[in-house]
Amino acid sequence: MTTSAIRTITPELETLGSEPYYQPVSDEVVLFEAAATKRLPVLLKGPTGCGKTRFVEYMAWKLGRPLVTVACHDDLTTADLVGRYLIVGDETVWLDGPLTAAVRGGAICYLDEIVEARKDTTVVIHPLADTRRALAVDKRGELIPAPPSFMLVISYNPGYQSVLKEIKPSTRQRFVAMEFDYPGAEVEAQIVTTEGGIDAATAKKLVKLGELTRNLKGAGLDEGASTRLLVHAAQLIGAGVPAAAASTAAIARALTDDPDMTQTLDDLVRAVF
Amino acid sequence: MSERRLFEHELEEKLDALLFASASHRAIGRAATQLEALPREAQNMALLWVGAAAQTSPELGHVIAMFAAETLARLDLPAFEAWAIAGLDIYDKEGLRAAVTSMRDLDSFIAMREGRLFARFAEVEQRLVRFVQGLSGRPLAMKAGAYPWTDTETIYLPERMAHFTAAEDNRQLYKGLAVQLWAQTRYGTFAVDLDSELARWPERETALTWLAHLEAVRLEACIARELPGLAGMLAQLRGAWPEEMNEALADLQAPGADVRVTLAWLGRFMEKHAVPPAPTFCGRLEPGIAGRVRAERITRDTDILKKGLAALKGVGGKKAAAPNDFAAELNAETGAMEFSLDGEAVQLTHEAQAAAQSLLQDLGEVPPEALTAAGDGMWTPVDPNHLPEKVPELASDRKADFRYDEWDYHRNAYRRGWCHVYEVDVKPGSGDFVRDTKQRYAPFIQQLKRRFEAVRGEDRIIGRQPEGEEIDLDALVEAVNDRRSGAEPSARLFSRRVRNDRSLAAMFMVDMSGSTKGWINDAERESLVMLCEALEKLGDRYAIYGFSGWTRTRCDIYRIKRFAEPYSETVRGRIDAIEAKDYTRMGVAIRHLSKLLAEQPARHKLLVTLSDGRPDDFGDEYRGTYGIEDTRRALQEARQQGIRSYCITIDRHGADYLKHMVGPASYTVLDDVKKLPLKVADIYRKLTA
Repeated sequence: MTTSAIRTITPELETLGSEPYYQPVSDEVVLFEAAATKRLPVLLKGPTGCGKTRFVEYMAWKLGRPLVTVACHDDLTTADLVGRYLIVGDETVWLDGPLTAAVRGGAICYLDEIVEARKDTTVVIHPLADTRRALAVDKRGELIPAPPSFMLVISYNPGYQSVLKEIKPSTRQRFVAMEFDYPGAEVEAQIVTTEGGIDAATAKKLVKLGELTRNLKGAGLDEGASTRLLVHAAQLIGAGVPAAAASTAAIARALTDDPDMTQTLDDLVRAVF
Repeated sequence: MSERRLFEHELEEKLDALLFASASHRAIGRAATQLEALPREAQNMALLWVGAAAQTSPELGHVIAMFAAETLARLDLPAFEAWAIAGLDIYDKEGLRAAVTSMRDLDSFIAMREGRLFARFAEVEQRLVRFVQGLSGRPLAMKAGAYPWTDTETIYLPERMAHFTAAEDNRQLYKGLAVQLWAQTRYGTFAVDLDSELARWPERETALTWLAHLEAVRLEACIARELPGLAGMLAQLRGAWPEEMNEALADLQAPGADVRVTLAWLGRFMEKHAVPPAPTFCGRLEPGIAGRVRAERITRDTDILKKGLAALKGVGGKKAAAPNDFAAELNAETGAMEFSLDGEAVQLTHEAQAAAQSLLQDLGEVPPEALTAAGDGMWTPVDPNHLPEKVPELASDRKADFRYDEWDYHRNAYRRGWCHVYEVDVKPGSGDFVRDTKQRYAPFIQQLKRRFEAVRGEDRIIGRQPEGEEIDLDALVEAVNDRRSGAEPSARLFSRRVRNDRSLAAMFMVDMSGSTKGWINDAERESLVMLCEALEKLGDRYAIYGFSGWTRTRCDIYRIKRFAEPYSETVRGRIDAIEAKDYTRMGVAIRHLSKLLAEQPARHKLLVTLSDGRPDDFGDEYRGTYGIEDTRRALQEARQQGIRSYCITIDRHGADYLKHMVGPASYTVLDDVKKLPLKVADIYRKLTA
């Protein structure tokens, strides 16, 4: 019995059914499309909750390609990405990992927070991210060439402060890098209105609050409130929670445990509402 | 029948008799002069208590004599009596010094007597600093002052607030005043030359009071548009506006009203000689000082912006020499500045962007003259204080242990072998401080240790081992598969847990400059104790060195704990003996310590600096930009050696320069020195998690 005789299970990939809401901020859509056409891998960097994941979803929908998202974590190994053997009854089967599935299906593979993954994963990412564009599946002795529609997208948060987690130059230099930040107040208010289903005036206040917390970055807060947190607060408000209480729960308490900082954030919430 | 008042010489005589043992006759003369103006009952009361106090302690009697006139001017007789008794009580319990301090603090006495609970500036300071930082983004310092006012860079608030009966209300009043003063800097109170406007009126004080009130109306309306909650609080604090201002309200509160509108109304009120409302809830304006500080800042920001633009010249394939056309546009909706170069949007450096925002706050626009690039070449921050001067250098008979280059940003080159480093051991102290700290923070140290254990506790499972606790399923499945396909199956089918080897070496660099003297030094030592206790749990390799110095020829590096040294009694003794020495020449210390760190066989290397301020050395040379640029360079060199660095500082203005010096994600500014011991170990844990 040879490897090829072993049954292979490949997860089915689907393209997104409906258009995800995304509000372009600058030229990121054009850049991404160009990278997709030229088959270049893309690196998205930016603070947490600024819309990186949503952007990738939107682009996958726009390009009509399936999207495979992997949230990377400390224990993510090559096998978790590429695939592994399983025993089913009396039979050995091979289960494709998300990366392999994405390569076979010509999908966009999005590795979120790549720095969290274990270092050995770079071994499989590198050949996919340069002109070779192929995935080596060591265990099966197989080299899968990536179809033209396959695209590798990784993301990371440069504000991350651990010395042990850094993206190596040899990895980052294979990618087209796009920088994300929180959108401008006007755009952000529009996002908060749309996503949270609240009126424009309240959304504007939430955005103002977000801006005030971002002023405190480095002065007691590691990060200011992300767009995502603002949307959360908006959703709570939309569900009938009073604005100040919603902001306290979704923004102030979510940002810090430090009692002094909590007090300051509460002060800011009261200042806005 | 009331007796006649006593004359000065009579009072002096009586006081002399009461205070015969006391020292200064001149002081008695002064007290007598002051008392002469008072009615006889008051004079008698003063003499009575001077005498009573002098029997307990001549010094205390003297103190009452000194304060009597001033106190009697503000208190009625029974209250004066209570004041004197309270002073004597404190003297009995706590001694002369406490009594004097308490008696001098008349405001508190009055507040307490009226059943009011005052709030102190010290208890609200930190909270207000953070709050205003959140509001403005542009750092504003807070200081205690005689009355509330701002010079546009510092907000001064009174030491004590006893306007309301409840302490919490008084704290709110602090906040309200701080917000008002912040609003003066934010909404352009000083945007016109107020001094020359005020010069039109001979009654300057009246005009100033009117101006302060009218501005308060306008500013509150500005705040209400952006921060309705805050405006609500202000309105509650002030109550209704004084009636005489009613006619001006609509104009002042109109959107778009600026300080000129206020001045127009000031003119109207002054012309009809209206009496300004009693000073209630608003600060004082000091247009002269504020104007000067503002002008200096504008010059500085303009300079920074121009240099920032110069750095952009030639971007996007444009010839640097071509006349570049910069434009700045304010996005009215977002309040953000958008810059373009020959019609294309460009991104400025963080410093330049901040300078532009600051200009916008001051001027309402970025002036065209700021939008011309300054000269050619690289971006360098501007240092207004920089004046190269000859610095007397210390000669030493001992040969330097090491010599290091230093970066001179003027020359854009290194000064070779410029700094002389001497490495010395700290002479161990008794270790009492360490023991005390361990005792005082015992519960917290326990908690830290547990958290650090959790970090270490993440054991790693390694698969494909010839033996181990568990079967490695992946390996087994593969082996089964191999056997079926006729290949030789591997015998390495087990997985084993191993202690996660962090392979990390950390160097802690402690600021021992003179400015750390006192509680900062204590906080640093406490931090080190807690850190060591926690790190011992973790098993990371670490070393602690202090640094200080006096000019380039004497840069001292103090050994507290070497990498190879255990956390022994000697090390504890050395922590005990860490003391404030001279200056902070940071670059050379970073170079030397990163050299030691680079020699460590660990995979990850971390350099943590603990400091209380920007790099500084004797003489003007190292202060300011030179020191910051050299430190930045030294950190870059460290990085090239594979060393990550992190700065922990308690300099409240740290954020101004640290972003440039160490990079945006590599520093923490602690607003409160008391938090240092609790934070350092925690920061280290987060850094290496």
